[in-house]
Amino acid sequence: MAQITLLEAVTQALAHELGADPRVVVFGQDVGVNGGVFRATEGLQKTFGPERVLDTPLAETMIAGIAVGMATQGLRPVAEFQFMGFIYPGLDHILNHAARYRNRTRGRLSCPIVYRAPFGGGIHAPEHHSESTEAIFAHIPGLRVVVPSSPARAYGLLLAAIRDPDPVIFLEPKRIYRAAKQEVPDNGEALPLDRCFVLREGTDITLISWGASLKETLEAAEQLAEEGIEAEVIDPATLKPLDIHTVIDSLEKTGRCVVVHEAARFGGLGAEIAAQIGEYAFDLLKAPVQRVTGYDTVMPYYQLENNYLPDTEQVLTAARATMDYPGEGAK
Amino acid sequence: MHKPRMHLLASFDIAHLQYLDEAGRATQELPDFATPDTLLAFYRQMSLARLVDDRAVKLQRTGQLGTYPSSLGQEAIGVGTGSALEKSDVYCPYYRESGALLERGVKIEEILAIWGGDERGQDFRHAREDLPLCVPIATQLLHAAGVAFALKYKREQLDEPPRVAVASAGDGATSKGDFHEALNLIGVWKLPAVFVINNNQWAISVPRSAQSASKTIAQKAIAAGIPGLQVDGNDVIAVRSAVADAIERARNGEGPTLIEATSYRLCDHTTADDASRYQPEEEVREAWKREPLIRLGRYLRNEGLWSDEQEGELQRELAEVMEKALRAYSERAKDKPTAMFDHLYARLPEAFLEQYDQLAGEQ
Repeated sequence: MAQITLLEAVTQALAHELGADPRVVVFGQDVGVNGGVFRATEGLQKTFGPERVLDTPLAETMIAGIAVGMATQGLRPVAEFQFMGFIYPGLDHILNHAARYRNRTRGRLSCPIVYRAPFGGGIHAPEHHSESTEAIFAHIPGLRVVVPSSPARAYGLLLAAIRDPDPVIFLEPKRIYRAAKQEVPDNGEALPLDRCFVLREGTDITLISWGASLKETLEAAEQLAEEGIEAEVIDPATLKPLDIHTVIDSLEKTGRCVVVHEAARFGGLGAEIAAQIGEYAFDLLKAPVQRVTGYDTVMPYYQLENNYLPDTEQVLTAARATMDYPGEGAK
Repeated sequence: MHKPRMHLLASFDIAHLQYLDEAGRATQELPDFATPDTLLAFYRQMSLARLVDDRAVKLQRTGQLGTYPSSLGQEAIGVGTGSALEKSDVYCPYYRESGALLERGVKIEEILAIWGGDERGQDFRHAREDLPLCVPIATQLLHAAGVAFALKYKREQLDEPPRVAVASAGDGATSKGDFHEALNLIGVWKLPAVFVINNNQWAISVPRSAQSASKTIAQKAIAAGIPGLQVDGNDVIAVRSAVADAIERARNGEGPTLIEATSYRLCDHTTADDASRYQPEEEVREAWKREPLIRLGRYLRNEGLWSDEQEGELQRELAEVMEKALRAYSERAKDKPTAMFDHLYARLPEAFLEQYDQLAGEQ
């Protein structure tokens, strides 16, 4: 079986659901003839026709809003925003409507929508093309926020997102769109939402990350292993609702935790994870939960983006400090 | 200075439709649907809408209802629009819509529940696929575009019968990007959609003249490549005629229409507002002379179709309908607090069970 990239796994999942469910429609800017600016929808219009894979006019509010109307009438819209930085005109519809329709109508109407968007830095793109603002969406009641970190998880989680009866923000880490290949059978098998994935087992420290920064996190785990420190690496994948149980189970073994994310630190999901660990597992902790994150700055233009993004060395430094806690300076 | 020669690429006209003038006189031959029975039904429904609004405002004033947006003076738009839809069409309302909601079979007690702070009001028992009342301005127009897409898609791909999405909005909504983005899309995708704009001249305190330099709202359709028409929104026959024609075209695959219905907001924006701060007294006095209910009543009386006796009988009947609805509204037990979790997701994720139990424990 051919090996495919995360990007190709997205295409494979979209094609599978378009084939399996006549209610599924895929639309956005340039997703049709051009197959999307990253080619995530390559070939879909040709296979499934322009009635089901549609180029929209250039208006993000519209893309977000029509998905709501389509979903209320039984379709399964999959809407693409070209980059996460351009979702915000549509936020009104995502926050005020997609996330609330089921509740507002007491279950009469619902919004089984997938809003897809590439996110994160590291590809030397222009301004507004590199941010990670998943925390904004995770804060909204009624939404799911899902981030895949491998071709297999992109395929399985996107299938699950499209089949889910509620709105999902599906954020694709574009830095690793083509970074690694994997065999991903096109068997239509979804992966579970609302569940963490344990990517590496370990007994000394728990490293939590998602999306592209799992690359650096896993690299750090390998390096730590050479130093005799066995790190457990957890990918929450569904950032909301968060499966804190898997995290706590891990802390039962390790008692130490570092959260790694590209997004700015203040109010980022590292804060939520650290707070929940404090609430549910304070007694398990041998050291404070550390965060390795982007700075609380505007995402810089690309010449400085690598100074902004967490690197392997920062993860190692935080992990070692957590292992050494309280450290030599402690009395 | 040399003046370059140019040639005309395109030019447009905007038509205005009226059947009944202010005095209730027919200005042209009435359309076929305007039988005595239909006109009497319009009169009844407009009277009911006015009564519902009047009682709702009184309920708010006496602390029995939250903020309420009356449609006083604009009943012809709601009734004219609502009566033009087939049952299977999908109505996408904004929030000032008593007449249309009643036409769609929404119960008075449901309308009261919504403004009485109870989401169960939006669970329309007799309009299952209609969209709920929409509070954020103009957003429902994009939802309506999506609904229209879905209806067209289901007709073409899934062999379902032809249906139409009909949406409403106020004049202020036409200043928003959502309005223009929706209009643009229904035009370029030729969707079965009809947008009805209630131009009641006021967006809270901002008059129509301060909203747009455009001579009419109807002409905003031109840029989207779709037909735009202005109707006398105080003439229920004109509203019904224009909306029904537009729906028929949409149903036949001939595309969408924008209809501007001109009227006047003879009430506050909502019960939280005081229109006397900004509506000129003289203008309001003049507007009362053009309002839709008196106009239709005059026509009916001139035609010998209506009398003081019938009016008295109607008011007694409607008062009973209203009383029954008020009882249903006030006797309904408050929703249980955990309802706020029950419809958040199809199935409450495990992550929120602790919060659910916490709230349930406080009950």
